[in-house]
Amino acid sequence: MILRERLLAAGGLDGLFLSDHRSERDLAGIVSGGRDATVTAALTGRRVLLAVGGQMAAARAMIALDGLAARLALVPPKLAPEHIARIASDAEAEICVTDAEGVPPGALPGLPRIDAEDVFRAGSASSRETEWALATSGTTGAPKLVAHTLEGLAGGINTAATPEAGTVWSTFYDIRRYGGLQVFLRAMLGPSSLVLSEASEPVRDYLIRVGERHVTHILGTPSHWRLALMSAALDRLNPRYVRLSGEIADQTVLDALRIAFPQARIAHAYASTEGGVGFTVEDGQEGFPATLIGSRSGIEITVRDDSLFVRSSRTGRRYLGEAPETLIAADGFIDTGDLVERRGERYHFLGRRSGVINVGGAKVQPEEVETVINVFPGVSMSRVRARPNPILGAVVEAEVVLCAEADADLAALKKAIIAHCRPRLAGHKVPASVKFVDALPITAGGKLVRRGA
Amino acid sequence: MSLRSTVFAEIAAIAAEQEKRMPPITDDLVMLDTEFDSLCFALLVARMEDLTGADPFGEMDASDLPVTVGDLVALYDRAATRLAA
Repeated sequence: MILRERLLAAGGLDGLFLSDHRSERDLAGIVSGGRDATVTAALTGRRVLLAVGGQMAAARAMIALDGLAARLALVPPKLAPEHIARIASDAEAEICVTDAEGVPPGALPGLPRIDAEDVFRAGSASSRETEWALATSGTTGAPKLVAHTLEGLAGGINTAATPEAGTVWSTFYDIRRYGGLQVFLRAMLGPSSLVLSEASEPVRDYLIRVGERHVTHILGTPSHWRLALMSAALDRLNPRYVRLSGEIADQTVLDALRIAFPQARIAHAYASTEGGVGFTVEDGQEGFPATLIGSRSGIEITVRDDSLFVRSSRTGRRYLGEAPETLIAADGFIDTGDLVERRGERYHFLGRRSGVINVGGAKVQPEEVETVINVFPGVSMSRVRARPNPILGAVVEAEVVLCAEADADLAALKKAIIAHCRPRLAGHKVPASVKFVDALPITAGGKLVRRGA
Repeated sequence: MSLRSTVFAEIAAIAAEQEKRMPPITDDLVMLDTEFDSLCFALLVARMEDLTGADPFGEMDASDLPVTVGDLVALYDRAATRLAA
């Protein structure tokens, strides 16, 4: 399956569009624009790093490069230059597709660049299967790259069905992340129109655009939806299908969406960059029915030691990079690291086994924050954990043990610790609250007890 | 300090810490139309819980989601009344 070939074969592109906060383009024009043999030759069979600024350029380049490049590594937006460099190296990139908003000049020395505007004109008659490489939503340091095939990525999509008339997709996410890419592929394999978001755009402006373009199918994390539900512009939206993924969907947000969109199908999907789309739940209840455990078409789900495991053709193939960790176990299962608990006939999500905190879809490794706190004068040790939060699902909370001689003005100390973290950590990693405790539990092995923290 | 002034003061403090420019805070202000983003909002809710012991978001009806600053103050007012009862 090649994206452009699928789109050309599907026909019926008339009237379909791709739009972002700046422009709207005919899908037919994007798919069948002029071809440039020189550009095509420069990209054929290459391992390509796609590092453009906006999603429109990313979408156009993905259509041009699938079937042409040997590997297509997607750089998510707003990544630090050193992380882009790591992705380039893990992907063994030979050429970088970028634009004025993509990679800063001087970054990625030695990697040839090609302007995205030129790349849109690439494409040849012969085609190969392109390996897609997606970045995980990174916890400490650099994100990991997971290799996928287009077939695997599209495995959860019913590509045989014709989309309902007038279907227009949109996503709060970026299409270079797994969840957003699912929406991009749903739109392209439909085919149907797609409205792209912009990371720095206020919720209100995005909702107004989505309303103006008559979006019918829309995806966001529970945190995106909580924000939208508090926006005065929510009434611009009249979707037939509302999808949630990327975080645990709780009953409150599911109920609020049901009230806001009584006509819509509301689905929460369980998916990850590594594990692919596991399943989708549409009964309006949090968690998932125990009947999903077992084997269904194309996917097998099991629970081992309270953790969810998946085996399917939709999972990533492997991690890329030097000395990559093993992604798939010998028996074919991927450990998702998501802890679940059975209550009656339903499983509920408890969080991550590793203690990773999910702040509105952005991951925080507790150890990274603890390392910063622990160097603060007077701090003996700390433990960082998730504090439930109705807006972002969770925020970061630190429990701190002070040295005996530490300053006794606890309120001032608390502020000072947070102020110390602010310039040293990304905003979502800075503790929202600090609690002082006398001691923290340590395992027999000398590690902080995190489970159930 | 009244609940209303606590909410106003915390919004101003968080906006300053997060380097967000805010228009004057009034009851009619729609918070999400300003630079006050989801992280700011999340911090506000966490701090209000620390200060008042109330988490009205955790226990409210889905239809009660606040849109304006005034809605938010009213939400905490009702939660405080419930706590006192």
